[in-house]
Amino acid sequence: MILDLQHIFKDYNQDKLVVPVLKDVNLQVEEGEYVAIMGPSGSGKTTLMNIIGCLDRPTSGAFELAGTNILTLKDKELSNVRLNSIGFVFQSFHLMPKETALENVSLPLSYAGVKKKERKERALKALTRVGLEDRATFMPTQLSGGQKQRVAIARAMVNNPKILLADEPTGALDSKSGAQIMELFQKLNDEGVTIVMITHDSNIASHAKKVYNIIDGEISQAAEKEEDHEEKN
Amino acid sequence: MLENIRLSFKGIWSHKMRSFLTMLGIIIGIAAIIAIVSTIKGTNEQIKENLIGSGDNTVEISLYQGDWTYEMGYEGIPAGVPVINSQMMEEIKNIDHVVGASAYLSRQEYEVYHLNTSISGGNVLGVDNSYFSTCNFIIRRGRGFSEKDYSQFRKVALLDKDSSDALFQGEDPLGKTIEIKKEPFVVVGIVEKSKVFEPTINSIEDYYTYSQDASGKIYIPNSTWPIIYQFDEPQNLVIEVESTDDMTNAGKSAADILNSYVTTSDETLKYKAEDLLEQAKQIQQLSQSTNSMLIWIAGISLIVGGIGVMNIMLVSVTERTQEIGLKKAIGAKKSNILGQFLTEAAVLTSMGGIMGVVSGIILAEIISRLSEMPVAISVPAAVGAVVFSMAIGIVFGVFPSYKAAALDPIEALRRE
Repeated sequence: MILDLQHIFKDYNQDKLVVPVLKDVNLQVEEGEYVAIMGPSGSGKTTLMNIIGCLDRPTSGAFELAGTNILTLKDKELSNVRLNSIGFVFQSFHLMPKETALENVSLPLSYAGVKKKERKERALKALTRVGLEDRATFMPTQLSGGQKQRVAIARAMVNNPKILLADEPTGALDSKSGAQIMELFQKLNDEGVTIVMITHDSNIASHAKKVYNIIDGEISQAAEKEEDHEEKN
Repeated sequence: MLENIRLSFKGIWSHKMRSFLTMLGIIIGIAAIIAIVSTIKGTNEQIKENLIGSGDNTVEISLYQGDWTYEMGYEGIPAGVPVINSQMMEEIKNIDHVVGASAYLSRQEYEVYHLNTSISGGNVLGVDNSYFSTCNFIIRRGRGFSEKDYSQFRKVALLDKDSSDALFQGEDPLGKTIEIKKEPFVVVGIVEKSKVFEPTINSIEDYYTYSQDASGKIYIPNSTWPIIYQFDEPQNLVIEVESTDDMTNAGKSAADILNSYVTTSDETLKYKAEDLLEQAKQIQQLSQSTNSMLIWIAGISLIVGGIGVMNIMLVSVTERTQEIGLKKAIGAKKSNILGQFLTEAAVLTSMGGIMGVVSGIILAEIISRLSEMPVAISVPAAVGAVVFSMAIGIVFGVFPSYKAAALDPIEALRRE
């Protein structure tokens, strides 16, 4: 089991008022799964993603990532988990605007202390994996939205994380580029990459093999996917 | 680290104007310090050169009575003060760093005439032949003293430029006769210091310092000394040392050796080395204390510059919140972020420091052109200035960098 969240609660304190955001969330993701978490804005899906991404800590509950109890880790150890076990993909790409595609992709490697030569090789390999090897020296401003997101995916994949965590990966893209990103996710998943995708868009969510709905901080497995339907019918 | 430096240059370059303005405080502060230090150093070197004479590393040792050089009356050499003999000379020549030594007799003499022209307050020196080499004299015209001049007690004299100018006023002195205490001496040559040293007279104090040098000297063989004066007189000693810095110690050692032979009961009678280096140091200290004030004032501008750096780094942290958030999300540790921003601050101020050193050197050159004061660029000061400005960057960069490192990645990423 890659992800194991048990009875996760998360409250925010706002002006002495305690606002519950996540209420008893249970979520298990197996290695190689492709999961979408779908919900409207304000449903708590971003908070859940921050917890899964080890950026935030729940108020209570238990969370294991690849068998490691995340909640007892110190800040520095959490940094290492983010570095080695999680690959982030954001809605707005978050590329360094003054760095080339290759430099952007090799950024996590430099935090991992990888030597310069190896960094370049591995970054180039990651760019090849997303089909952008010929754009290595391009600046983000010279890339289209879809290409930028693919650079961001290469950056997320470069350290071979245990899980790829995507927050509205197609939210800033036109439908054609969005479809290409979904194709890429499918390809990566076929190669064995575990993907957790957060979205409000049911069309995007339908690309995943398993869809969870999150509404008002409560999670539930959504309308069964086709293969499940087939099984039931 | 290298990666951080690369990123820093990229960041600084992408905000050229802002970076330059930020550096300006540091540039001005460092430039002011370098200019002041260069001027001080130039002035000091000039003082040292003026007092000591450039490259002519000789020390005079004379007999003192209390604080003043011993004044000869008619009684001759004081009891208990021996004539300097060859054994003493050997000892003196064996002192470390002493290259040569020569004993000589000297008197201030008012009765020196050529026809009706006299020189007032010139010195007559009875010397042996080693004197000229020890003091780095060269024979400019005519000839020096020969063995026969000494052995046959020839009444011959050598003049320096000042005494020949004073006595002959443009006439050719060679072969002419001068009178020293009514004794005729034939001028056989003109001597000159091999390294010409012309002090710059800036003040009345300078004038007094050098006026005694300029009054003119007349050299005669020491064997002829008793013709005009007495047989046994206290001698002066001149020693030549390897370098200017050896002058003080070698002079003291030589005076000590001479004093060890003095057996007089008069405690005030002592040989002393004329310590020009010490005098130079005192004058330098005087100029240094006034200038250290200026350095403090320039130092304040560095602090102001440092605050400017801190200010702009805080702005930079705010602007780059998203970048910091992302970096933390993909695995950067606090120390990575801290290192990145500290490096950027240090690179920024170091560049300011380098530019400051360059403009300080230019400024110093301009000052020296305008005021005709000498400047000397101090390499340690330049290196120190750059290191110090780097330290300013680190000190004033700590707070903004820490702020960046402590940013909550969730907050940072949310800000669009």
